Amino acid sequence: MTTAIDRPASPRGGGAGSNGPRSHVLADTLTMLDRTMLHLVRYPGLSVFTIVGPVVILLLFVFVLGGTLGAGLPGVDPAGGRAAYLAYVLPGILAITIAGTAGGTATTVSMDMTQGITARFRTMAIARASVLAGHVLGNTIQALIAVALVLGVGLAIGFRPSAGPLEWLATAGMLALVAFAITWLGVAMGMQAKSVETASNLPLVLTFLPLLGSGFVPADSMPDWLQGFAAYQPFTPIIETLRGLLLSTPLGWSPALAVGWCLVLAVGGYVWSRILYERRSVR
Amino acid sequence: MNAANPAGAATVAPRAPAAAIEVRGLRKSYGTRLVLDDVDLTVAAGTVTALLGPNGAGKTTAVHILSTLVRPDAGSVAIAGHDVVRDTAAVRASIGLTGQFSAVDTLLTGEENLLLMGRLRHLGRRAAKARAAELLERFDLVDAARTPLATYSGGMQRRLDLAMTLVERPAVIVLDEPTTGLDPRSRRTLWGIVRELVAEGTTVLLTTQYLDEADALADRIAVLDGGRIVAEGTPDALKRLVPGGHLRLSFADAPAYDSAATLLPDATRDDASLVLTVATAGGTGTLRTVLDRLDAAELPLEDLSIHTPDLDDVFFALTKGSAS
Repeated sequence: MTTAIDRPASPRGGGAGSNGPRSHVLADTLTMLDRTMLHLVRYPGLSVFTIVGPVVILLLFVFVLGGTLGAGLPGVDPAGGRAAYLAYVLPGILAITIAGTAGGTATTVSMDMTQGITARFRTMAIARASVLAGHVLGNTIQALIAVALVLGVGLAIGFRPSAGPLEWLATAGMLALVAFAITWLGVAMGMQAKSVETASNLPLVLTFLPLLGSGFVPADSMPDWLQGFAAYQPFTPIIETLRGLLLSTPLGWSPALAVGWCLVLAVGGYVWSRILYERRSVR
Repeated sequence: MNAANPAGAATVAPRAPAAAIEVRGLRKSYGTRLVLDDVDLTVAAGTVTALLGPNGAGKTTAVHILSTLVRPDAGSVAIAGHDVVRDTAAVRASIGLTGQFSAVDTLLTGEENLLLMGRLRHLGRRAAKARAAELLERFDLVDAARTPLATYSGGMQRRLDLAMTLVERPAVIVLDEPTTGLDPRSRRTLWGIVRELVAEGTTVLLTTQYLDEADALADRIAVLDGGRIVAEGTPDALKRLVPGGHLRLSFADAPAYDSAATLLPDATRDDASLVLTVATAGGTGTLRTVLDRLDAAELPLEDLSIHTPDLDDVFFALTKGSAS
């Protein structure tokens, strides 16, 4: 099929760059991660937004609505409604924080795709794994920083978890897994979007999910049809797990369901991104 | 600059005069739309070939296949002897692409972009830094090196884009419409850079819609129209495809103009500006005849200019079918 002349590799290809892409996956991943982190440092606007949003929601729900909402929680003395509601809502706020970072992830991925730099990376034989991992790791780290800061605000306004060191460790692990899964979805959405504007809006869907689960009020206070959705959507077991770990509420099957959902979302986002990567990076 | 850079010079010398780009029977369609139809193209090492064609001729698709971004449906493409489908890694090590859409990281500075490329080419920290400094100097970006790309003009971004392609000195460089949207000065600057690269032994394939660009830069021109190469050759050879040019005779007053028009019945009249245009068949025969007749009638000629066919004539003659 080819008439290519059999010649030794181009002299320029004989340098350090030609050891094959496989041997450079780790080094390239680190380079791409550094790039993502540099973006975050250089343009903190997007990161600040992902923290300010959840904090405003937290303050709003605790100080404006918290007294009434807390009094309605099962087994709560109406006098201590606000404090009880702060404890109840904080795991949901943490989930919203992570869900909100997907917008930033999708935006940066979409910028890369539309500006042609992803195409450049492809012509440079940089493994797809490195390019995607740079986005995923960088944005997971960003999500964890955001969630830590929001949790800090929660502690500052009186959130008092009962968690011991082991539970804190498990909470951190759970949050990291959720951030990882949500970031993969964000990457896929960023690739799917035809423009940066669409990319920043697509993941908004994710931020509504905790509201439609057990994040802000117990799911069994909702109408039947919504209860069904709340019971079977990923954020409910995730929030219940965080709540159980931080506040010693019963865990039940939630941790297993939460981990399962995270794996499903991460693998789904990965496969979705993988399919789109080559198709969408060429315009 | 190249003299101070022995590594660059050394890589140029031993290259055999074989084809740097060898395209045979290349086909590509998207759905039912045939974008490239049996394209053959050979680019000798160290030369510039321009792929000239109107919008939608298939230039960018060809470039994407050459740079491994898109797989061909049929045919073979070899870059520096490596097949683009079977030996992708080797092709990617020897080719650099500067596309139509600037492939730069707009959130970083110019220097950071170049350092990123150096790292991804595994140059090592010190070598990457040295190379970045060298390229910033060469592309006149030193002053803007540490400022974010948001402040760069279109020409600066394009220069940075090309500089990023050159970080590892690829043997073959593909430029997809490198000067589209640039002001005339930036265009000239970019042309200068391309000429320097070729002088150093780099092989260049560039696509363009601009005939003067192809004429100014290319050793050979391939005219792509509707997915097919409709003509291929040196700029001069292509110009010879369109027979003859024309003489442009202008007269100072209407009586002289009218008399001349009767003497030269084949001329095209432009009464408003008193200009007659006479087609020539090439050679000086027509010129001699025209001047002899005017002399004999003692008609004063205000101005005479000779127009040889330019690439515009060739282009429009060859792509008549698709040009609207």
